[in-house]
Amino acid sequence: MPLIDLANPTRFLGFAERALPWLIAATLFAFAIGLTQALFVAPDDYQQGATVKIMFLHVPSAWLGMFCWSLMSAAALGTLVWRHPLADVAAKAAAPIGAAFTFLCLFTGSMWGRPMWGTYWVWDARLTSVLVMFIMYLGLIALWRSVEDPSRAGRAAAVLTLVGAINLPIIKFSVDWWNTLHQPASVFRVGGSSIDRSILMPLFAMAIAFTLLFVTLHIAAMRNEILRRRVRGMLMLQAHAQGG
Amino acid sequence: MQALRALLVRDMRIALRIGGGALMGVLFFLAVVTLTPFAVGPDPALLRRIGPAILWLGALLASLLALDRLFAADHEDGSLDLILMGSAPLELTVAVKALAHWLTTGLPLVVAVPVLGLLLDLDPLAIGAVALTLLAGTPALTFIGVIGAALAVALRRGGLLLPVLVLPLTVPVLIFGVSAADAAIVGPVPFGAPFTILCALTLMSLVIGPFAAAATLRHGLD
Repeated sequence: MPLIDLANPTRFLGFAERALPWLIAATLFAFAIGLTQALFVAPDDYQQGATVKIMFLHVPSAWLGMFCWSLMSAAALGTLVWRHPLADVAAKAAAPIGAAFTFLCLFTGSMWGRPMWGTYWVWDARLTSVLVMFIMYLGLIALWRSVEDPSRAGRAAAVLTLVGAINLPIIKFSVDWWNTLHQPASVFRVGGSSIDRSILMPLFAMAIAFTLLFVTLHIAAMRNEILRRRVRGMLMLQAHAQGG
Repeated sequence: MQALRALLVRDMRIALRIGGGALMGVLFFLAVVTLTPFAVGPDPALLRRIGPAILWLGALLASLLALDRLFAADHEDGSLDLILMGSAPLELTVAVKALAHWLTTGLPLVVAVPVLGLLLDLDPLAIGAVALTLLAGTPALTFIGVIGAALAVALRRGGLLLPVLVLPLTVPVLIFGVSAADAAIVGPVPFGAPFTILCALTLMSLVIGPFAAAATLRHGLD
């Protein structure tokens, strides 16, 4: 099905209705495999012991936090350039999910940092830039919540999302540009990954599971947002009929 | 060109008149710098060490102060609609309004640094370094802030939302501004590296700010 067909909200609702059960099943299946791999199959690190398992939650949440902002930027282009009717629904539905993943990334990172680095928080370049992204997510949500008319809020939020996208390469390359505490890129890098296969495979399984979880939550949130807007429209019609 | 020059003169004249609030930023800057010794204690050695950071933070907050009036005042009396309908490209118009705003609120902050630096017991070299980095950095703060000002008027909600949206975007400017000032005062990093990045950030915001703000105004005010 081409993307343009889904521009019609009713058709999107039909698609969501059919896709969601499959997506939920796939997410549960992927988490079953990923968690078993991560918790029982993957070996403990010889230095970090069992705390290395935190990484299986930390790294996918960080990827998803950044992926979600990229998706919102694509949706922002859709709003501003093509006035795609579902683009601002997609952007609005993604913001809280992205904020939640970014929070999970910061939270698990500080849980791991306490035993390993000896502190919950350092003002390292990677940590700081992710914290800035988290604050920008909250700012975007505040913006969405402060304006009543969704399409007006959508266009304003789209501009801010695109400006905020400058932060994404800063997060990605912060570990290379500033050589501070957070370890440099080790999964995707020139010359192959520096992580052993026994850890890398469970990590990818968890990344797939997290991505499926994100897609499921996002489509469900978009469905709710469309329904919410319809309810709002009906309430306004009703108020109009009663008032005049 | 003539229209843009007229707009620049008009905006500066309004800002300097009664109710314009051009010097409110400097007063706020003075208040922040005066409050700091009460919070951290009047130890001169400590104040000398964190002085550049205090001056940068004060200037950052002060430059946010008058931002929400940048378009809102013109929107209220209807002149914003006239400005938007003018023949000059909207991006240039926004850039000129931001320039006028910087000349009346950002530049006075730089001028105030020598006096406020004395309050924090900074030596002449440190005062010079902070003034120079602020001169290079405050345009970035204004031109990033202009995006927030456009959002505030398009959404008709300025107030608290604007600082929440703008402050995260100013983090790189603050980092490189303070590290350039510190590099000049105590080293060991050479002054050039962070200072050129600060200048690059300013040049980038000179481009991105007007375009994003113009897009917001175009989409928000129809």
